[in-house]
Amino acid sequence: MQSSPFLSLVKKDLLIEWRQKHTLFGVLLYVGATVFAVYMMSGQPETKIWNALFWITQLFVAINSVAKSFLQEHANRFRYYFTIVKPTTFLLAKMIYSITLLLAMSLMSLLLFSVLLGFPIIQTGLFVVITAVGSISLSAVFTFLSALAARANQNAALMAVLGFPIVTPVLMMLSNLALKAITPVYQPGWWILAGTLLLLDLLIIILGVILFPFLWQE
Amino acid sequence: MRQSWWKVVCVLLLGYTIVAGFLIPVPALNIINETIRNLYFHVPMWFTMIILFLVSFIYAIKYLRSGDLKHDIFSAEYTKVGIVFSILGMLTGMEWAKYTWGEAWSNDPKQLGTAISMLIYFAYLVLRGGMKDEEKRAKISAVYNVFAFALMIPLLWILPRMVDSLHPGNGGNPGFNTYDLDKDMRMVFYPAVFGWILLGVWITTLKVRISLIEYKRENNF
Repeated sequence: MQSSPFLSLVKKDLLIEWRQKHTLFGVLLYVGATVFAVYMMSGQPETKIWNALFWITQLFVAINSVAKSFLQEHANRFRYYFTIVKPTTFLLAKMIYSITLLLAMSLMSLLLFSVLLGFPIIQTGLFVVITAVGSISLSAVFTFLSALAARANQNAALMAVLGFPIVTPVLMMLSNLALKAITPVYQPGWWILAGTLLLLDLLIIILGVILFPFLWQE
Repeated sequence: MRQSWWKVVCVLLLGYTIVAGFLIPVPALNIINETIRNLYFHVPMWFTMIILFLVSFIYAIKYLRSGDLKHDIFSAEYTKVGIVFSILGMLTGMEWAKYTWGEAWSNDPKQLGTAISMLIYFAYLVLRGGMKDEEKRAKISAVYNVFAFALMIPLLWILPRMVDSLHPGNGGNPGFNTYDLDKDMRMVFYPAVFGWILLGVWITTLKVRISLIEYKRENNF
């Protein structure tokens, strides 16, 4: 059966991830060690602190796991991809791959958080949905920036520096949205905030699709 | 932009701003008192900063469309001068806030917004500094410039809805634009804005000319 280049690219990345288990377990261990360090520092904090710590952890996990999407590939292999697929297809495939990876890591860190730092969440379903939206936002931004850092022959630190100012307001929006699932506080304008975040995600992806072809050509 | 009439206008406007800004009577308000004169110096810094970053963004798009390295020089120099104005705006604002709000930094959304734009453009400079190849540096920094500016504008618009503002005109504070800003102040404020913007553009054109000379000298053998 002939599959589309988009699906086979995503499948290739996930297969590599599954076969090279040491990198996957490396990231998993990173998540576990981070949550453990947070637990050692804070014990079982009150709900607002719990929320803040959770999103900070998400940020660091995102930087560490998404950095792999472009930075782990050799520069010469990009030239090969360049000959067989369109740049937008390639970027979207990488984005889907990092979203999948980060989603798994986020759920893992949520599980660890609830085991170690307590479980203050009231509406579990809502919180999981917000975590998923958060993974999409963070991985979309960092996938594009890791492509940029890879083209500039730089490391993951540069990607983080480029991303922090953009991601900080996004994290603020996410943690405000997540408060609804944690504390029974009346929050006017919650749906507007949620809609804005989704529009922002869309804008990030559109910008990436428009700009990536420029980055790609040599 | 080599003509000199707009430079004369710039000097006249700024001279008028400084003289009239310190001499013309202002409404006596509680707490703010005479510090209201900061309006002529602090607020135009933000206007100039945003205009310079906008021009830099436009030149980044022009570079991506044309591939002409001159556009990259324009874009980079507008960013650098924009950063200078953001620092000046931050300093004048923090000095003012120390006397009226009681502390220099109080997590005001406009302060946060500026801090975010400063971080974005500092990162832009770090990104440029790391690359030696001119074509590559131009292309990658133009892509980052467009990406960051296009995301910065909606983020700056969202931020005030997340945190309360202490700025005049927000959250029930008396604003310059409602009833406090009398006719005399407008007569100084609008010329001040144009004067400072012209000054920013003037500084940038000088820097661009220096960079263009250097660029030509390096590419002639």
